[in-house]
Amino acid sequence: MSAIWFVVLSAFIFCIGAAGVLTRRSPLVILLCLELMLNAGNLALIAFARMHGNGEGQIFALIVLVVAACEVVVGLGIVVAMYRRRLPIDVDAMSELRG
Amino acid sequence: MNPTTWGWLVLGLPLLGTAVIAFGWKLLPGRSAGWIGSAAIGLSFAASIGMLLALLDRPEEARALIGTAFTYIDTGGFSSDVAIYVDPLAVLMCLVVSGVSFLIHLYSISYMTSDEGFARFFAYLNFFVFSMLLLVLAANFVLLIVGWAFVGAASYLLISFWYRRATATAAGIKAFVINVIGDVGLVIGAFLLFEGTGALDYASVFALAPESFESNDAQIVAACLMLLLGAFAKSAQLPLHTWLPDAMEGPTPVSALIHAATMVTAGVYLIARCHPLFELAPAAADVGAIIGTATLLFAATVALAATDLKRVIAYSTMSQIGYMILGVSVAAYGAGMFHLMTHAFFKALLFMGAGSVISAMGGIQALDRMGGFRKAMPFTFVTFTIGALALAGFPLLSGFFSKDEIIAFTINRGSGYVVLGVVAYIASLLTAFYAFRMVFRVFFGPPVPEARELEQGNLHHGDHANPATGEAEDTGVGFPGPDHHIAERELPMKAAMAPLALLAVVAGVLGVPGLTETLEHFLEPTFEQSRFLETHPSEAAELSGLVAGGAIAILGIAAAFVVFIRNPALRQDVRERFAGVHTFLLNKWYFDELFDATIVRPAAASGRFGRNVVESAFVQGVLVGGAISIVRAGTSVARSIQTGELRAYAALLLAGVSGLVLYFLIVSI
Repeated sequence: MSAIWFVVLSAFIFCIGAAGVLTRRSPLVILLCLELMLNAGNLALIAFARMHGNGEGQIFALIVLVVAACEVVVGLGIVVAMYRRRLPIDVDAMSELRG
Repeated sequence: MNPTTWGWLVLGLPLLGTAVIAFGWKLLPGRSAGWIGSAAIGLSFAASIGMLLALLDRPEEARALIGTAFTYIDTGGFSSDVAIYVDPLAVLMCLVVSGVSFLIHLYSISYMTSDEGFARFFAYLNFFVFSMLLLVLAANFVLLIVGWAFVGAASYLLISFWYRRATATAAGIKAFVINVIGDVGLVIGAFLLFEGTGALDYASVFALAPESFESNDAQIVAACLMLLLGAFAKSAQLPLHTWLPDAMEGPTPVSALIHAATMVTAGVYLIARCHPLFELAPAAADVGAIIGTATLLFAATVALAATDLKRVIAYSTMSQIGYMILGVSVAAYGAGMFHLMTHAFFKALLFMGAGSVISAMGGIQALDRMGGFRKAMPFTFVTFTIGALALAGFPLLSGFFSKDEIIAFTINRGSGYVVLGVVAYIASLLTAFYAFRMVFRVFFGPPVPEARELEQGNLHHGDHANPATGEAEDTGVGFPGPDHHIAERELPMKAAMAPLALLAVVAGVLGVPGLTETLEHFLEPTFEQSRFLETHPSEAAELSGLVAGGAIAILGIAAAFVVFIRNPALRQDVRERFAGVHTFLLNKWYFDELFDATIVRPAAASGRFGRNVVESAFVQGVLVGGAISIVRAGTSVARSIQTGELRAYAALLLAGVSGLVLYFLIVSI
């Protein structure tokens, strides 16, 4: 099976994730969508690794998984902190980064 | 000891005095700052004598020594040392400067005793003496310029010593600015010499100059003219003279020290020191001779009409320095330096006498208010008259020999120089007249109330007023001090004036033509390379010159006697008949007005143009304003992106990354 299908699938998943990040307001859902984007990237990495018969891409994908796990820990931590302080769970309401 | 070792002592002691007084004045009890300052200069004078004796021990051809302390600058093809040059000329200057300064310090101890700025005054005075000695002992142009600028700075500090007087601070600024014009001239002159010879120490410059330049080469003439600019500014020669009369705003000892005896003679010293260059550039030397003559005539005429006692003496100083400049410019180096020395004695004496009279008047300086002090102030009368006689060139006094020697040398040069000599004779008639105008108006005639009060043993105490404007002054702050001091009552003042009076009488023996000529002989090693060493007026010419000079002096004194004593009505008559001339002289030939119209006002107008048009319209409006609006426009775009909306940021990020990826895709195809 040609690698092209995997790449196309990866692109689809990436776009779904990106659309989710851009359109949803709940930080939880945004985190989920970020995971989708990361895993789309992983998929592409593994597909190319397999196509080239080179194991480095797979190792890279494993590292991305670890980073993603770390990111989720931090992200969820922030969400929990927001919930505890009774802040609105809504990214549009949290616009204090405004310059 | 080696002459140079003495030389370093001469230089170091006043500096030490300055440091001790300036940093330790709070710890010094009472008036000890004055005694410390005087002791420093006295020891410096003693070291000068040591230097003289050590130099005389050496054979005549080995009387030029260089003492190097350390290398000051050493960089690509140029090096300069901190070094002193000890030769007869420098030793003579050191003796005159430190000797006269010592007596003036002594005088100041009494004169300034009630002034709150007593310690400050002596710190400045010592600093001035150090600067002047540095100037005369420097072995290269770099150190000369340092001393030159220090002297200007010290002069500024001392002229505006009573800094609560607006006129005094203005006079200080004027003196400093004009002196800086001269400093720039001196620096440019040194550049030109360095460019031509590749050296800046005197020995190399003078040795290399004849090889590097043809006679009257444009560059050496330009360099000498620049040196002359420096000399004219420092020595108050036309047209850079206007600061000297105004400098009389300083305390009287300052006028005696700086503006009569020492600093203003720096220009004469410079020309004498650089005589090998001026002999290569006769055109520049002629400029010096002509300007010197013009100044001596101009200043003598103004002194006829000036009404402020100190300013009369100031103009007389300008006039006498004109004689010196004329002398050294016509290669009469010995005569010029001789007059420098005798002038230092009698002019310091005249200023000290004037200070005593002004104190007796309670600070009033106007000649019109003075009169009849002869009985009230016998000591001041005698010493002042001796000074005036020496200034007038009365036979056998010091000024008689020195002034006439300059004129004899000038006439001896022949052709056009004879005209300069004749002008100098005319001016010496005026000199005798204005010198005795002062004597007769101050000491003769009916006693003024202040003099009568003094005769009854009571020193007049007037309220202080600014002599220039008549404004009342606040003596509560102690500048100037509330008390007045006259020589009759103060021992240090007497102790300072008596030796000067003696020297003013007898200093002439150092240069009696055909008999002693000690000074000229002593200076010979310095000027032995001079082309004019052998051109000497014949003894007959010198003696007939002396007779003519003496006759002119007596004639001038007699004329003053007739006008001011015998027939006072004549004075009014003359003044009315020549009212136009009188006003012209009273306004100092309108030089201040001329400079105001030609330099000050255009400069102020261009300054206003710069402020109103260049600065506010172009710089502020276009350059600064333009830069601000560009930055503001750019940042407002950047600011509008910063919404704080997380999703907007994500969208931008995505768009940016997509854009990059697309770009590289397109490029790779």
